[in-house]
Amino acid sequence: MTASGVVTEKPISRDLASTIRGRLQQFLAFGGLIVIFVFFSLASPDFLTFSNVTSMLFSTVVIGTLAIGTTFVIITAGIDLSIGTGMSLCAVMAGVFIVHWHIPLPIGVPLAILFGGVIGLINGFNVAILKIPPFIATLAMMLAAQGLALVISHSAPIYFDTVPAYAAISTGNLIPGVKFPNAVIVLAAVAIIAAIILNKTVLGRYTYSIGSNAEATALSGINVRKWQIIIYAFAGLFIGLASVLISARLGSAQPALGQGYELQAIAAVVIGGTSLFGGKGSILGTVIGALIISLLNNGLQIMSVPQEWQNVVLGAVILAAVYTDNIRRRKAAM
Amino acid sequence: MSRLLEATGIVKRYGHVTALHGADFSADAGEVVALIGDNGAGKSTLVKVLSGVVAPDEGTIQIKGNPVTLGSPLGARAFGIETVFQDLSLAPDLGPAENAFVGRELVKPGLLGWFGVLDSSKMRRQAADAFMSMGTNLMTLLDEPVATMSGGQRQSVAICRSIMWASEVLFLDEPTAALGVVQTRNVLDLVRRVAARGVAVVLISHNMQQVLEVADRVEVLRLGRRVAQFRAAGTNIEQLVGAMTGALDGSAA
Repeated sequence: MTASGVVTEKPISRDLASTIRGRLQQFLAFGGLIVIFVFFSLASPDFLTFSNVTSMLFSTVVIGTLAIGTTFVIITAGIDLSIGTGMSLCAVMAGVFIVHWHIPLPIGVPLAILFGGVIGLINGFNVAILKIPPFIATLAMMLAAQGLALVISHSAPIYFDTVPAYAAISTGNLIPGVKFPNAVIVLAAVAIIAAIILNKTVLGRYTYSIGSNAEATALSGINVRKWQIIIYAFAGLFIGLASVLISARLGSAQPALGQGYELQAIAAVVIGGTSLFGGKGSILGTVIGALIISLLNNGLQIMSVPQEWQNVVLGAVILAAVYTDNIRRRKAAM
Repeated sequence: MSRLLEATGIVKRYGHVTALHGADFSADAGEVVALIGDNGAGKSTLVKVLSGVVAPDEGTIQIKGNPVTLGSPLGARAFGIETVFQDLSLAPDLGPAENAFVGRELVKPGLLGWFGVLDSSKMRRQAADAFMSMGTNLMTLLDEPVATMSGGQRQSVAICRSIMWASEVLFLDEPTAALGVVQTRNVLDLVRRVAARGVAVVLISHNMQQVLEVADRVEVLRLGRRVAQFRAAGTNIEQLVGAMTGALDGSAA
């Protein structure tokens, strides 16, 4: 009876402590988001305006979409460096499909998104079947995708002028009267769908399980290689979607438009509390991370901080985020 | 009792090292068989062969008299064979209920299930029922990642998971090595109850006293071969140790 007394008392304190510990990174990231937001609101009168907030959300869309896909990959203890240049390649392919080949939008846009899935599929094959470490496999894809984007586009932008409806995918207003660009709505929808898939479906469960203990997952009878390929390919779809959103907004597919986005997206994932060692992470955290990054980019720009210094600040934020993650890990190990 | 599992002449080589030299093993429905042997005798390798993790180089495995190829852990599971490995093989970031169903997730009925939507509440309920019926206190820890649990609790998760699914044979590789006195008692009681359901339970243990207490039969491995079989009743520790070390059967290695 004494034993059961201990049992009933313990879980309450454990639950609270472990909930806070488990979500510490998310709480910190969210707190950081609020602090940064308030800071810029006070520091610059131009920050908290409807048009600026909208444009900030706009820039969150691309980082956020890429980061959501990458969250799945990173939870499996993988990494995807090819998302930035992969996005360039997909955007160029969207231009080829829609502008050069005159494929109608309802087919051309899904094709561009699927092309991202193919990039992910190849990454997944290289990682799962050829057993190439994810860092190297996706680094190779990063270079190859950049090269192909330049080759296919002949190093020149493809303009969507002939297809005005394409731009509306990002910049149109689905909800009439509200000047909220479609792209933001797309990101919100994508985030919700991704969160459901990660938390409520077999795909999500295996994503955590593989990242948590790949060997045990295999011993449980799960075909880990197959699911790794599926997860990379699934994440690739987000590359394709991001490429449509960004090229629709720009009205053109620039063969180098995605450069540097991979690091911003990975930073967003990490700031949001997803562990690079796998097994832990959430879509909500990633969205918060993406907001923090675009908030910093935007706010520092408004305050006329030079681009070079913006990067320094971003670097410091990533360090701080990973450092708190380490502290959390050490506490959890106690 | 009917012969459930019969392995004959199992050979397993790793490069130049031969782990199993034509080992035999058998287990009947509803009995607890202890598999003992000194370090390096090939116990763990034999368990891996019989649970589909590694393929034998030679030898036959029969289940209910039919020769089978297990092929993989999944193949072994299809025959109702479950294993608790020494390292437990849990996903530390998932909770106990989630771990219990890894690879066997229940999905919602209809279209949602086709999309792979999990029926989490049903899995939780079934896992909680199983944890309860096995006399563990895991029901109160359903939301904790396994990583935050004690060694004994993790062991309970791993054992409960296997028991939930074992319909024919359950392998337990050193199941009480990390446990305290009370938890060890619980596990041994559990072992008897599972056997009473008609499952053949194979217990790998270094604790001779425990072996004699809980097992019906003891099979002794030495240098990759079965060297002795005992009925637990009427056997003493000296006999077991003698067979393990080769002192008793006189088979000099």
